Amino acid sequence: MSYEELTERVRKIIATAQHMPEEKVGADSTFAELNIDSLDGINILFAVESEFNINIPDDAAQSIRSVRDVVDGIVKLMAEGPGGNKEAVRA
Amino acid sequence: MNRRVVVTGVGVICALGHNQRDFWQALSQGRSGILPLESIEPGLLRFQNGAEVRNWDALRHFDEKEAGMLDRFAQFGVLAAREAVADAGIEWSEDLKQKTAIVTGSCVGGQSTEDEGFVNLYQKNIPRVNPLTIPRTMENAAASRISLEMGIVGPTYTVSTACSSSNHAMGQAFWMVRSGAVRMAIAGGSEAVFSLGFLKAWEAMRVVSPDTCRPFSKDRRGLILGEGGAMLVLEPLESAQARGARIYAEMVGFGMGSDAFHITQPSPDGAAYAMRAALSDAGLQPEDIGYINAHGTATQANDATETSAIRKVFGTHADGLQVSSTKSMHGHALGAAGALEGVATVLALHHGVLPPTANYNEADPACDLDVIPNVARRSRIEYALSNSFAFGGLNAVLAFRAAPNN
Repeated sequence: MSYEELTERVRKIIATAQHMPEEKVGADSTFAELNIDSLDGINILFAVESEFNINIPDDAAQSIRSVRDVVDGIVKLMAEGPGGNKEAVRA
Repeated sequence: MNRRVVVTGVGVICALGHNQRDFWQALSQGRSGILPLESIEPGLLRFQNGAEVRNWDALRHFDEKEAGMLDRFAQFGVLAAREAVADAGIEWSEDLKQKTAIVTGSCVGGQSTEDEGFVNLYQKNIPRVNPLTIPRTMENAAASRISLEMGIVGPTYTVSTACSSSNHAMGQAFWMVRSGAVRMAIAGGSEAVFSLGFLKAWEAMRVVSPDTCRPFSKDRRGLILGEGGAMLVLEPLESAQARGARIYAEMVGFGMGSDAFHITQPSPDGAAYAMRAALSDAGLQPEDIGYINAHGTATQANDATETSAIRKVFGTHADGLQVSSTKSMHGHALGAAGALEGVATVLALHHGVLPPTANYNEADPACDLDVIPNVARRSRIEYALSNSFAFGGLNAVLAFRAAPNN
C-alpha cells in the first residue's frame, strides 16, 4: 500500500467516524480545523486501530493532532508488524 | 424548620483496608493502595496497576447463599453500611426503621456479573445466563440489600451519575435529614470495576495512567481505577446529642449542577457553580473553607480545570486553602469516589489531620495550589469541601464542618 493509498484510507475512516463528507477531510487538515475534540480523537484512533490491526500507545496518541499525524503514526507502527508494537494485545 | 445534620457513623472498604481504622491509618501515613492488578492477567491491558480491594473473602461476611446473590460492588456497599451502623451505635425501633433513608451511589453496578454472563453466552456458547444476573447487576442492589438486612423501610434508592454518584446520593440524603423528611440516613456508595471488558473500555478512553496516580503533579499521566464502598450515618444534631452519640463532623451544605458543555471534557464554570452552590446552601463564604478534598483524578484535563475552578470561586483565598486528592491512595472508584472521599474528609476533620496528595513529584504551574504533597498535615480545619465531577458534566459538592464538640 502506497503512502497516498494509506492517506485515502485514513481520510475515509475519519470522515466515517465524524459523519462528514470525505472531501472535507484534507490530507493536511488539522483536527482543530475539522472540529475534532479529544473524545472524537480517541474514537478515530479506535477505528484506525481496528482497521489496521495496530495498537497505538497512549503517549503517541496524545501527540496526534492532524490527519497527517495519523498517517505517519500508522506507517511507523505497521513497520513493526501487524498487531504491532510491544504494547499489550489480546491474544 | 431545618435541622443541623451530623455524621455519627462511618464505614469503608477499599484498597487501603476493610474498615475505617485501616483506611485512616493509610491515608494519614500517605500510603497508597495502588498495586499491580491481581484480578486481571498481566499483558491484556496497556495499564498494569489499580487500587483493588485485597484479600476479599465474601464468605467471611456473607453465607454462601447471600454471597451468591450479591455482586462484589453490592457486597462492598453492605459491608460499609454494616460498619457505619455499628459505629453509630444505633438502637433500632420500628419507628426509626420507618423513618430512615438509604441512598447509595454507583456508576456501573454489577457490571462484572454481567461481563461474566456474557462471556459464557458469546464466547463459551453456553446458551443460558444465570437468572441472578439481573438482581446482582442492578445499581440499587446494595441499597436494597441494606434495607432487607436491616429491616429499614424508609426512602431507599440509588443515584447513578458516573463519578458524582455518591456525592449526589449523600447530598440528597443530607437534604432529607435536614428538612425532617427522615430521621436518619445511611448514605454513600460502592463500586467494583475490575472486569476485563470494562477495563478495556477505560483503556480505549486513554485516560488511565501506565504507572501510578499523581494528582496535580506536572508528570501526572492519568487516573488509576479503584473499587470499594463507603457509607455515612447521618442524623439530626439534636437526636445525636440526646442519645450521646459520637459526632465525627457536621454536614452543612450540598451543591450540584451541570456543565452543559461537553460529554467528557470538564468545564471550570460548571465545577465552580457546584462549589458556589454548596457554599450558598451551607450559608458560608469562600474564606470560611480551609480544606478541599479535590476530585483530583490526575488526568491532564481534570486537575488543571479543577484548579482554575477553585481559583474562580476562592479568588485570593485559594492560596490559603489546603487541597489534596486522596485518589492518589484509594484510586478512582467512580460511583464510590465521593463516598470514599466524604469519609476521608469527615475523618480529616475529626482527627485534625489532612491526608496528603501521594505520589506527587513536581509542581505544575497549571495546578498552583497547596496540594499537601506526600505528607499528611496536622491542621484543625473548621470547614471543608469534597468535590466530585463526572463525565457527562454533572458536578456535586458537599460541605462539612468539624464536630460542634471538637
